[in-house]
Amino acid sequence: MSPARPPEGARTAAREGGGSPVSAPARKLRVATTSLAGCFGCHMSFLDIDEHLFELVELIEFDRSPLTDIKEVGPCDIGLIEGGVCNAENVHVLRAFRRNCKTLIALGACAVNGGLPAQRNHLPLSECLREVYQFRPGIANGQIPNDPELPLPLDKVRPIHEVVRIDYFLPGCPPSGPAIWKFLTDLIAGRTPRLTGGLLHYD
Amino acid sequence: MSKQFLLDGQPVPFEDGQSILEAARKAGHYIPSLCWHKDFPAHGSCKLCIVKAAGRHVSACATPAKEGWEVESNTPEMNGERRALLQMLFVEGNHFCPSCEKSGSCELQALGYEYEMLTSRFRHFYPDRPVDASHPDVLLDFNRCIFCELCVRASRDVDGKSVFALTGRGINKHLVVNAESGRLADTDFSKDDLAAHICPVGVILHKGPGFAVPIGERTYDAASIRSQKLKEEES
Repeated sequence: MSPARPPEGARTAAREGGGSPVSAPARKLRVATTSLAGCFGCHMSFLDIDEHLFELVELIEFDRSPLTDIKEVGPCDIGLIEGGVCNAENVHVLRAFRRNCKTLIALGACAVNGGLPAQRNHLPLSECLREVYQFRPGIANGQIPNDPELPLPLDKVRPIHEVVRIDYFLPGCPPSGPAIWKFLTDLIAGRTPRLTGGLLHYD
Repeated sequence: MSKQFLLDGQPVPFEDGQSILEAARKAGHYIPSLCWHKDFPAHGSCKLCIVKAAGRHVSACATPAKEGWEVESNTPEMNGERRALLQMLFVEGNHFCPSCEKSGSCELQALGYEYEMLTSRFRHFYPDRPVDASHPDVLLDFNRCIFCELCVRASRDVDGKSVFALTGRGINKHLVVNAESGRLADTDFSKDDLAAHICPVGVILHKGPGFAVPIGERTYDAASIRSQKLKEEES
């Protein structure tokens, strides 16, 4: 557990390096990412930072993430959450991230305001489930799945800041690669992340 | 020698009866607004034009300028309050920009960018507001209504049809259509009405080709709402 902890030295090192993202910190920052009620589009956009990925891997290492397939989040410096909260499992994962990540970031429109999944919020949950599993054309003897292994859906989809405290928000559907890169380099260099020059958008 | 007041320390000339906002825009200074329109009397409902004049918070659109006033507008304090107002507008309706046809040309969204609103911060209401697709040419998506009353005023005062109205009070306030059925198709509303073109957000949408303008070329893609509004003022 402990080797993943102290980021302060790392941050200071990055700052002393003139704030440039290229100056390698003394210890790599540990970063966890996950997609809750999201489409992985924000993760795809994360990969869109293209060759900056080579610079990034000099500065960070991944903990739980779809990129590592680590299943449980451990102590981390930065947590990136894509997607809103639509079921009980999302709540557990989000809380585990909050417990383990020093800085927790809402990545993308769904994490920020619920996004597309939240468009079901004006309908009763039972009506949604019946529509999909019982009354959809082409379904015979349909029934709502109730396997105990399936996480229970919440009555409403919620943005993540309504469940845990969030340190930073990075809106966009998805946030562009350059926006993610600007945000991460600001954060890693110890600056307050700021999206300027058209990098901030909600769509 | 015309009268003048100070806006963020800069002298702004004005004529008697002119509001702080009108005088400021005319002099090339931007004070944000959503419900204000130069062809209509001040409405004072969105409060985005909030400024501190002589130490008091007032709506710049509804407050006549006064000789020698010191007005604060583009300050961290005022802009912080504007951001909070925007956040409240965002949580009160259903503002999902990615699926909105007005995205990129929406004044609410553009102001969110202008004041660097990164989160809606508050708890979302997720109200239930069914759309009205009854009219052959125009779709009404009430989810995005901010109650600026521009369509109400345009339809009543210019089109002479009184198609729209606000009803209910407080949190139950909502936009309604003036027909017994409540449907837009049962009014004499036309796609050529001023009311069909005045919505600052994405409520009144024209049917037919959708998302016609590509991303990058929409109203507020290239230039901020601040520079766009000041350019409109010059022309």
